[in-house]
Amino acid sequence: MTAAERISSKGAADIPLLEIDDVSIQFGDFKAISHVSTTVGKNEIRFFIGPNGAGKTTILDAICGKNQVSGGRIVYKGEYEVSRMKEYVISNLGIGRKFQAPSVFNGITIGENMELAAARKHTLYSTTFHRLSKEKQEYIDYCLEFVGLIDKRFKYPTRLSHGEKQWLEIGMLMAARPELMLLDEPVAGMGRKETEKTARLLEKIKKECSIIVVEHDMQFAREVSDSVTVFHEGRVLDEGTMDSVSKNQTVIDVYLGRGGES
Amino acid sequence: MAGKRFRPDMTVVLAVCIFLFLAVCPFFLSMFRVSLIGKYMCYAIVALGLDMIWGYTGILSLGHGVYFGLGAYCMAMYLKLEASGESLPDFMIWSGQNSLPAFWKPFANPVFAMAMVVVVPVLLAVIIGYLTFLNRIRGVYFSILSQALAMILSVLLIGSQEYTGGSNGLTNFTTMFGQSLSSPAMKIRLYYAAFIALVVIFIICRFLVTRRIGKIFIAIRDGENRVRFTGYNTAVYKVFVYGLSAAIAGIAGALYVSQVGIITPADVNITPSVEMIIWVAIGGKGTLAGPMLGAILVNALKTAASEQFPELWSYFLGIVFILVILFMPGGFVSLRSIPGKLRRKFAKTAKEEYA
Amino acid sequence: METFLMQIFNGISVSSIFLLASLGLAVTFGLMGVINMAHGEFIMIGAYTAYVVQNLFRTYLPAAVFDVYVFVAIAASFLAAALFGAVLERLVICRLYGRTEDSLLVTWGVSLTLQQLARSIFGAPNVGVDAPSFMEKSLRVSSTLAFPLKRIFILAIALICLGSVYALMYKSRQGRNIRAVMQNRNMAACLGVNTKRIDCATFAAGCGLAGLAGCALTWIGPIGPTLGTNYIVDTFMTVVVGGAGSILGTVFGSAFIGVGGTTFEFFTNASVGKVLIFACIILLLQFKPKGIFAVRNRALED
Repeated sequence: MTAAERISSKGAADIPLLEIDDVSIQFGDFKAISHVSTTVGKNEIRFFIGPNGAGKTTILDAICGKNQVSGGRIVYKGEYEVSRMKEYVISNLGIGRKFQAPSVFNGITIGENMELAAARKHTLYSTTFHRLSKEKQEYIDYCLEFVGLIDKRFKYPTRLSHGEKQWLEIGMLMAARPELMLLDEPVAGMGRKETEKTARLLEKIKKECSIIVVEHDMQFAREVSDSVTVFHEGRVLDEGTMDSVSKNQTVIDVYLGRGGES
Repeated sequence: MAGKRFRPDMTVVLAVCIFLFLAVCPFFLSMFRVSLIGKYMCYAIVALGLDMIWGYTGILSLGHGVYFGLGAYCMAMYLKLEASGESLPDFMIWSGQNSLPAFWKPFANPVFAMAMVVVVPVLLAVIIGYLTFLNRIRGVYFSILSQALAMILSVLLIGSQEYTGGSNGLTNFTTMFGQSLSSPAMKIRLYYAAFIALVVIFIICRFLVTRRIGKIFIAIRDGENRVRFTGYNTAVYKVFVYGLSAAIAGIAGALYVSQVGIITPADVNITPSVEMIIWVAIGGKGTLAGPMLGAILVNALKTAASEQFPELWSYFLGIVFILVILFMPGGFVSLRSIPGKLRRKFAKTAKEEYA
Repeated sequence: METFLMQIFNGISVSSIFLLASLGLAVTFGLMGVINMAHGEFIMIGAYTAYVVQNLFRTYLPAAVFDVYVFVAIAASFLAAALFGAVLERLVICRLYGRTEDSLLVTWGVSLTLQQLARSIFGAPNVGVDAPSFMEKSLRVSSTLAFPLKRIFILAIALICLGSVYALMYKSRQGRNIRAVMQNRNMAACLGVNTKRIDCATFAAGCGLAGLAGCALTWIGPIGPTLGTNYIVDTFMTVVVGGAGSILGTVFGSAFIGVGGTTFEFFTNASVGKVLIFACIILLLQFKPKGIFAVRNRALED
C-alpha cells in the first residue's frame, strides 16, 4: 500500500507529520539505506539511534533534501513529497535542520543570524526593503532569551563556545518556527551540564513542533525521547519507547550490548 | 558590554573623506591630473561592484573586464557613430564594409546606447550566472570559467575586426551629445558625472549591505548550503549580485570610455580583470570604502611608477599583491584596527603589571 | 577523407599538448587543491630553458651533435621548472593549503612577477627555437597526407608523462603517501609521513611537468614572456571538464578541448570556435557540475 492510498483510507486527523515510506538511498554502488519505513507524529521527540554508519544522518539528509532518495518516498503532512523537492522549498515548508558540526554564519552578528532564520519572506524585494515586524523581533528576543544568548546578540558567533554555537543553531531553528526539527548530534562535545540544559530546551521546544534527533548519548536519549528508532546497516532494527527497545535482544547485541556510548 | 553602542563606522568615514577629496580635486589640480583621477573613479566604481560579489558574497569573478568592456563598447559605438556623422566608421571602411551592420544602427541613439550600457552586461551576467549558480558549480570552477569568458570576449573582439575595430578597439571620438569631448568644460562635466555615479553607487551598495539582503550575501559567503537549509534560494541571490556587479562595471566602462576616449580588447582581457581583483584585495574586501581606496591608490601609483620606471611596476604590483594576500588578508582598511589592538594590548599589560 | 584524417590528427596533436600542459595542473590543482595561476609561467620557464640549452649547444659544441640538445633540453626544462616550483612551494604555497582562493590570487602575483622577470632577462619580443633536423621530417601516409614528426614526438612525450604520473600516483609507495597527504594531511602526518617533503616534491613535480610542456611548445612556435597566459585558460578548463583529482578526467578533458576546439575552428574560425567550445563546457557542466570524472563526497561544504 502506498502512502497516498493509506492517506486516503484514513481520516485527516490521523495523517502523521512525516511519513518515511520504503525509502532506499544509494551512493554509487553503496546502499546506505534500504527499505526504511517509519512515521513521526505531531509533538513527538523521536530519536534515531544506532552504530556508526547505520544511516541515521543519511536519512536526515534525505528528509531535508540534501540527499536524493533512490527508492520510496518521504511525505510531509500527507501532501508534500519532500523527497522530490529542493532544500530551500523543504525548509520553507517548516522542516528545520541542524547539522552535526555547528554551522552558523560567522560574518554577521548573532542577532542578524537570528533575523535571517526568522524572516518568512525570502524574496529579493522583501529582504531589501522590508524590516522584520515588531512581533518577529520580539519572538527573536524570546528565542535568544530561551537559549541564553540575549546578552551577546550584537557579538559575532566566532566568540562563542562550541556549546553556545549549538544553542545558537537551535535558537535559529526555533526562530524559523518549524513544525519539524531535525537535529544531528545536538549534544556531541557537550559536558553533562550543557547536555542537561539542551534536554530542557528540547522539552520546551517540543510543545511547538516535532523533533527528530540523531544521537549517540543514550542517557540523553532516555531522558528526552518519546520514542526511538534503532538503525543498523541501513535498516530499521526496532522501534518503540526507549524501554522497550532496550529489552530487544538484537538491539542489545548490535548496539547497546557493546556499551553503546554513555 | 551589552547593548548596541553607537560607533561611527570607520569605513563610511573613510568613504566620505575620499568623496570630499574627489569633489574638490578639479579646483586645484591641473586638467591632466583631473582627467587621470576621473579615470581612477571609473576603476573605483568597478571595485565597488566587485566588492559586492567577492568581498560580501564570496564569489570570485576573474572576468569583470568583460562587463566593464561591454559597457564601454556600447558607449563607444554611440560615440563612434556620432564622430563618423553620415559616413561609415573609419575602421569599417578600412576592412571593406560598405554598409553599417544592423546591430550598430540603434546605437546612433544616445538613450538606447546608454540603456545598453547596463542591459548588455546584465543580460550576459544573468545568463552565465543562472547556468553556473543554479547547478552549483563549485566556486573555484566559476572563477576559472569567468576567466575564460574574459579571454573569449577579447578573442572575439579582435577576431571580428569589421564590427569591432579589432585589436585597435574603438577610438577617435569627437563629440558627445553634440558637445566637443576635448573641451575643458566637457571634461569637467564628465568628471563630475563619474563622481556622482561613484557616490550614488556607493550609497546603493551601502544600503544593500546594511539590509537583510546584505546579511544573506555574507551568509552565502560563510556557508552557502546552510543558507539553503535556512530556506533561501541562494542561486537567486547570487545571480542578483552578479548581475548587479555587472551593471556597475558596465556603467564604469561607459564613463571610462567617454573620458579616456579609447577602448580596446586589451582592456577586457584576463590581466585587467585580475587587476580589478587586486584593487579590491589591497584596499580591503568587504568594506566598500577599502576597494574604492585600493582602486584609486593602486592606479595612482601605477601612473607614477609607469612614468618613472615601467619595468619595476610589474614586480612591485606582483609582490605587494602576494604580501597583502599572505599577511594582510583584510587589506589596507584592516590597518584601522591596529590602534585598537595596541590599546587593548597596552591595557592588558598595564592590568597585568597592576595585578 | 584525408582532410578528415588530418583534422583528427590535428585534434589529437593539440590534445596532446593540452594533456602535457594540464597533467601538472591535475597534480597541483586536482590533488593538492592549489590553484596555481603561475602554471603557465612554469611552461614559459621550461620553454626558455630549452632556448638557453639550444643556444649553449650552438655556441660551445660542434654542429654535428646539435640535435642531441633535444634530450638535454627535455631534462633541463623539467628540472628548471621543478626547481622554481620547489622554491615557490617553500616560500609561498606552503602557507596556503586549504585556502584555495588565496592560492589563486597569490600565484597570480607570482605569475606577474615571473613574466616581468622573463621580460627583463630575455626581452619582450618572442624568440625562436629550432627543432632538431630529425623532427622536421614528416611521416608520409599517402601522396597528400603527411603527419609532421614533431607532432608525433610531442604525442609520445605526453603519453610517456601520462604513464609515469599514473604509475607514480597509483602504483608506487610514494604515490600512496602523496594521496594520503592530500586526503588527510593530519592523519598522514600522524602515521609518520613527512608531509612537508611530500608537498614540496609533489608541487615541484607538477611544475616540472609544466616545464616539459614548455619545452615541447618550443618546437611548434616562437616563445615569449606571455607564452603561459595563452595556455593557462585552456589547461584549467581541461581540469574543470575532466573533474579535479582524476587523471583519467584530465585525459578526457584535453581530448574534449583539443579535438572539439580544432573541429569547431575548422568549421568556423578561431574566435567563434573558442566561443563554441566554451558554450559546450558550460552545457556539459550543467549535467556534471563537478566535471566528468568527479569524486563524490559527503561533506557539507566543499
